[in-house]
Amino acid sequence: MLEIEKLNKSYGPNRALTDVDLFVPKGVIFGLLGPNGAGKSTLIRIINQIIDADSGSIQIEGRKLSPSHISKIGYLPEERGLYKKMKVWDQMLYFARLKGLSQMEAKKRISHWLEKMDMGSWREKKVEDLSKGMAQKVQFISTILHEPALLILDEPFSGFDPVNAEIIKDQILELKQKGITVILSTHRMESVELLCDQVAMINKSRKILDGSIREVKNSYRPDIFHVSLEKIQSPLPASWEAVEEEGQWHFSKALDGKTPNELLAELMNYGQISRFQEQVPSMEEIFIHQVKSSAHE
Amino acid sequence: MNKIWLVIQREYLSRVKKKSFLLATLLTPLIFPAIMAIFIWIAVEEKENQALRIIEVVDENDLFFLESSEQYAFSFSSRSVDEAKDMVKNGDRYGFLYIPKINLEKPEGITYYGEENPNMNLISYLRSSLKKKIEDQRLFESGIDPEILSQIRTSVDVKAITLDEGGGERVSDATVNYAIGFIAGILIYMFIFIYGNQIMQGVIEEKSSRIVEILVSSLRPFQLMMGKIVGIAGVGLTQLLIWIVLIGTLTTLVTGILGMQMPQQQAMELAQGEMTQAVPDTEMGEILAVINGIDFVTLVASFVFYFLGGYLLYGALFAGIGSAVEAPSDAQQFMLPVTIPLIVAYMGLFVFVLQDPNSTTSFWLSIIPFTSPIAMMGRISYGVPFWELGLSMGLLVLGFLGTTWLAAKIYRIGILMHGTKPSYKTLWRWIKSSY
Repeated sequence: MLEIEKLNKSYGPNRALTDVDLFVPKGVIFGLLGPNGAGKSTLIRIINQIIDADSGSIQIEGRKLSPSHISKIGYLPEERGLYKKMKVWDQMLYFARLKGLSQMEAKKRISHWLEKMDMGSWREKKVEDLSKGMAQKVQFISTILHEPALLILDEPFSGFDPVNAEIIKDQILELKQKGITVILSTHRMESVELLCDQVAMINKSRKILDGSIREVKNSYRPDIFHVSLEKIQSPLPASWEAVEEEGQWHFSKALDGKTPNELLAELMNYGQISRFQEQVPSMEEIFIHQVKSSAHE
Repeated sequence: MNKIWLVIQREYLSRVKKKSFLLATLLTPLIFPAIMAIFIWIAVEEKENQALRIIEVVDENDLFFLESSEQYAFSFSSRSVDEAKDMVKNGDRYGFLYIPKINLEKPEGITYYGEENPNMNLISYLRSSLKKKIEDQRLFESGIDPEILSQIRTSVDVKAITLDEGGGERVSDATVNYAIGFIAGILIYMFIFIYGNQIMQGVIEEKSSRIVEILVSSLRPFQLMMGKIVGIAGVGLTQLLIWIVLIGTLTTLVTGILGMQMPQQQAMELAQGEMTQAVPDTEMGEILAVINGIDFVTLVASFVFYFLGGYLLYGALFAGIGSAVEAPSDAQQFMLPVTIPLIVAYMGLFVFVLQDPNSTTSFWLSIIPFTSPIAMMGRISYGVPFWELGLSMGLLVLGFLGTTWLAAKIYRIGILMHGTKPSYKTLWRWIKSSY
């Protein structure tokens, strides 16, 4: 769907992107992670052709990025706004038509979406009379009216209450079902684990990590297992710092160069194993770890 | 192209549909005829209700005679000065003119006493009557018969004919040309300021509310900027058109109604002030001839051209400024380079162009693109050589292409910049950068 190679961009002396490669397959939800100022927004702006890259290439569906792609991309920026004095209906119509929809088609789709999202009574309301959450919904719909093949969402959940965030999440998953590719830029790791199939992490203008969620997690396995034993046959070494609870001993054990099977065999000598579970890092832990370790470089 | 059209439509409709636009558009032209009607009404009332003012004249030379008018009657007597002064104080007389024995070669000591400050009309009437009498007397004393003198006095009227390049002639009149230049110049000046500011406000609104990020993901910043400038120009033209139609109809209506209530001649005199009172009826015909002599096609065409050209040139600059700041109050620091040429053009219109349309200064003011929209309108009704008009228009086109190019460079970066207040140095860096 989206192929980016050796993308570079700098503002004067400041590098925003350094040799960034990215491959986003069709139909996935792709998480774009990274701390503030890492270069995510610059990357998104370049894909949206708001600004030009200094060097590098971008291809969408195998063709070089060009103005004809504008109607194929939907973009919800992090800082977003609507015309305060404009009516919901007029506003949606304006955005949809700017993306290349005909008047008739745009009206049909807006009616459909207002109905679907239970917002039919808002159409004649001015944006300044809407609550923040309502305005966000209007904004979200405006972004997808033209049925983009690639949807770029920058912090889509900020500003939503939990109920509306859930609605938006469902909509994103529904869009994915339809084969739409979604790039989700966010700091909120719980939504990344929940929604994303693949992720890439950018820090200090460089891509430092990418792959499917499983691959990323695998490569960050600390090789620690959580173990529970019962019916202890011989005392456990003190260095294991095991804690007893209702006849069960719980502790964590690193592999220390052994295979899991070897560790398991060793543990069997101490008692009956009731739990043997590998510790999987959360995306949040990986994120923090990565940012910290690159800060020490 | 299609997208610019969408922006133009939105900018145009969102403004024209506003109640405030409707109100301003409909009420402003009502104000002019209303003021005119009030003035005429007051003048008529005043004239009808005015009591005759009697002025006591004591002439120790027994020489002068003052003709009474509808407003003033002159009563000649040989009362003493104190007695006459008392009459004024008692209210028996409106004023008292004292003419002591005077030396005709060097008349001194003529005094007017009054309870209230005498108005200009009265004083100038007294002055001119006395002056004429003294001059006649002196001519008579030097042996010239006043009869012959009045025969010699002739009224001279210089008719101005402008020869155009095609060999045709047209009657021209400085006053009419002045008025046309004056009105056209001021309209353009006001239009640039009012609508230029609207452009700036619009850009700031889109920037500060962050709508712009979504917009520029759908179209080029240049399209957005041009769409806004053109859309707002449409609003201005609409307003102007409505005004012209409304003012035209209303003025005709008001003068028509008032005209029925009083003789035509009187209405004319009142409407046009004292000036026409002294001139013969043929003056009206001459003014009409002058108006007929004006090449309206050229005038209207060039008005529309300079109206739009000036607006586009400055409009782009206003858009550039709007994109660089986050609030209208921050815009002040960049306004100076825009306001100064405008004010120079405006002042130049009055100080140079309307006084002497063909002077060197007037020429340059009407050629340089930053001042030409206002200055050239001051010259156009006097007749401008074709090559000058062509040069001025050509340069104006280059001028607005130039400012648009410059503004677009600032705009495409400015609209995405938040948090920092730019200086002229930053703007210059934006202009140079390729982004």
